[in-house]
Amino acid sequence: MDKKVMVDLLYQMLLIRRFEEKAAEMYAQGKIGGFLHLGVGMEASCVGAISVLRPDDYVIAGYREHGHCLVRGSDPRLAMAELFGRMDGLSKGKGGSMHFFDKERNFLGGTGIVGGQLPIGTGVGFAINYRGGDQVCLCFFGDGSVAQGVFHESLNMAALWKLPVLYICENNLYAMGTALSRTQSVTDIYKKAEAYGMPGEQVDGMDVLAVREAVTRAVERARREKIPTLIETRTYRFRGHSMRDPAAALYRTREEVEEWKKSDPIVQLWDRMSRDGTVSDAEYKEMDKEISQVMEEAVRFAEASPEPPLEELLTDVHV
Amino acid sequence: MAIITYREALNQALREEMRRDPRVFLIGEEVGVYQGAYKVSQNLLEEFGPKRVVDTPISEAGFVGVGIGAAMVGLRPVVEMMTFNFAIVALDQIVNHAAKILYMSGGQFRVPMVIRGPGGPAVQLAAQHSQGMESYFYHVPGLKVVRPSTPRDAKGLLKSAIRDDNPVIFIESETLYGTKGEVPDDEYTIPLGVAEVKREGTDVTVIGWMGMLHRALEVAQDLEKEGISVEVVDPRTLRPMDTSTILESVKKTHHAVVLEAGAGFAGLGAEIATLITEGAFDYLDSPVVRVTGANAPMPYAKNLERAKVPDKARIIAGIKQALAV
Ligand SMILES: Cc1ncc(C[n+]2csc(CCOP(=O)(O)OP(=O)(O)O)c2C)c(N)n1
Ligand SMILES: [Mg+2]
Repeated sequence: MDKKVMVDLLYQMLLIRRFEEKAAEMYAQGKIGGFLHLGVGMEASCVGAISVLRPDDYVIAGYREHGHCLVRGSDPRLAMAELFGRMDGLSKGKGGSMHFFDKERNFLGGTGIVGGQLPIGTGVGFAINYRGGDQVCLCFFGDGSVAQGVFHESLNMAALWKLPVLYICENNLYAMGTALSRTQSVTDIYKKAEAYGMPGEQVDGMDVLAVREAVTRAVERARREKIPTLIETRTYRFRGHSMRDPAAALYRTREEVEEWKKSDPIVQLWDRMSRDGTVSDAEYKEMDKEISQVMEEAVRFAEASPEPPLEELLTDVHV
Repeated sequence: MAIITYREALNQALREEMRRDPRVFLIGEEVGVYQGAYKVSQNLLEEFGPKRVVDTPISEAGFVGVGIGAAMVGLRPVVEMMTFNFAIVALDQIVNHAAKILYMSGGQFRVPMVIRGPGGPAVQLAAQHSQGMESYFYHVPGLKVVRPSTPRDAKGLLKSAIRDDNPVIFIESETLYGTKGEVPDDEYTIPLGVAEVKREGTDVTVIGWMGMLHRALEVAQDLEKEGISVEVVDPRTLRPMDTSTILESVKKTHHAVVLEAGAGFAGLGAEIATLITEGAFDYLDSPVVRVTGANAPMPYAKNLERAKVPDKARIIAGIKQALAV
C-alpha cells in the first residue's frame, strides 16, 4: 500500500487517541461536563472507513463520534471548544460531546439516542438517489442499536429502494454494561444483512487496513450499483462506557481488557510500518509530538473562546 | 424516622412491593447485572433473581410493549426507563396502547403497569438528555403522571403507583437521587392525586415540583426575612391533579405563582393557571404568574443552561410581580 496513505492512517488514529486522552484530562479538571464517551481503542474502525470517502460523501454517527468527526477533517480546536461549551465550538457550544455536527464536511451528527441515526442516514441515501448523485453515506452505530426497531426498518428500506448507504456497526461487544450475548439472539451482527437481502461482512475492527479494504469494496458497490452493505467492525473500547463508568468493572474482567489491548490498532499499524521500514522511530516520535502540539493548541483555543452570548439560548430554535 | 436518600427510598418501595406481590417484576436496560444506570435497583437481582429483574436489549418500544402485554394478562410490570428521554422511542406503545386499551376495550382490559425512571433537567447533558418530560404524558387521557420531589413521597407514591390498576408514568430525577429526607419506618403509602402543602404561608401560593419545588422552598426561606410569607404547594401527582388543595391555598393567599422547569409554552403552568382562574378568580388579587423554562431545547454550554431553567432570582421576581412589591 501507498506509504502516504499508511502514514495518514497512523496519523489519524493517533490524532483521535490524543484528542480523547486530552478530553479525559479536561473532563477530570472540570473543563468539560455532561456525558463524555471516548473511542479509545476503536480508532481503526472510523479511520479505516472514513478515509475511503470523497469530500462530498456523508457521515453520520452516534454519541461516541469525536473520532468520526476528526477523520472527516474537522478542526480539533473547534471540536475541543465544543466540549468546553464555547462559542467557537463546532455547534457554538450548544451541543457538547454527543452532538458534533460539521456541515462543511458533510458530518451530520452526533445523536445521543441509541439508533436515532439509522433512519436518518437512510434518508441521506434516499436524497443522494433523488438528486441523481453518486455519493455514499456512512452510517455508524454501536452494537446496542441493533436491538432498536429502526435498525431493521432502515435496512429494509435501504435494500428495497437501493440506497447508497453503508451501515457500519462498531461492535465493541458491550452496550454500556451489557454484553452482546445478553441482548442479541444472533451475535454475529453482519448476518442480519441476509434477512434484508443486502451484503453483510464482518471485519477485524482493530485492523485499520482490513476495515479500509472492506469499506472500499462496499463503497464501490454503493456508488456504482446502489447496493447498501452492513459491515460489522469487531472492536473494543479500552475505557469505560463514559467518564462516569471509569472502572467498567461490573461487566468485564481486567484480563479481557488487557487481552484486547494487545491488539491496539495504533500499535498494530505502527509495528507493521516499522517492520516494513515505512516509518522510523524518529518519524513516529515526531508525529506524536506534532499531534501533542495540536492538542495543546486546541485546549488553548477552547480556553480562549468566549461562552456563547445569552441570546444564543433562543436562536436556532426555529430558522 | 430514618433519613435516607431518594434513591434508597425508591429501592425500598420496589423491594417491598416485589416481596408483597409475586406478580410485580422489574424490567429495563441495565436494571440487573449493572444494578441500574442510577443504582435505583441495587441488589434487587440478588434478592429476586433474573426472572423478576429482567435486563433488556436497547429496545424501548419493544420492552414497554412487553410490559403492556404482560399487564393485560395479569402481571404488574415496573418498566424502568434508563432516562425518560428514551421513553420517546416508546411513545407509541405508551400513548396509543397503554393509555387507551382500557377505553378501547370497553373496560375489559386493564394495564396495571408503572413506567419509571429519571427525567427533567440534568447537568450539562444537552438537548436530548435533559428536558422536562412530563408534558409528553400528562396530556394523554388514560395515563397517570407522578412527580415525586422528596424521598418520603418517592417511596409512598411508588408503592401506590405499583398497586394502581392504570398505567402510571412515574418520573424521578437524576439531580434528586442523592438528596436525603425523612422516611417513616413503618410501611406506608401516599395516594396518587393528592397534593401536599410543603410549607405554609399567608401571602402567596407558589406551586412547583421536583427541582423547582426545592428552589421555591429556598426562596420562601429567603423571602421570610423580607417579611413575605410564601406557601409552597407540591402537586406530587400531575394527573390526576389535586386542584382542591391548590385552590384552597390560593383562596387563602390571594396570589399565585406557578413554576415549571420545562418550556413554558403550552406547559402545565398554563393549565394550573387556568384551573386557578376558573376556580378562584374572585379570590385573586393579581393575575397568576408563570415562571417557566425558556422555549428552547436544553443547551450544553453552562451559561446558557443556567439561563434556560428558572433560578432563584427569577422565582423571586415572579413572586414580587404577583405581590406587586
Ligand atoms: C434510545 C436510547 N436508549 C438508551 C440510551 C442510554 N444509552 C446510552 S449509550 C447506551 C449503550 C449503547 O451501546 P452501543 O450501541 O453498543 O454503543 P457503544 O456505547 O458501545 O459505542 C445506552 C443504553 C440512549 N442513549 N438512547
Ligand atoms: Mg457497544
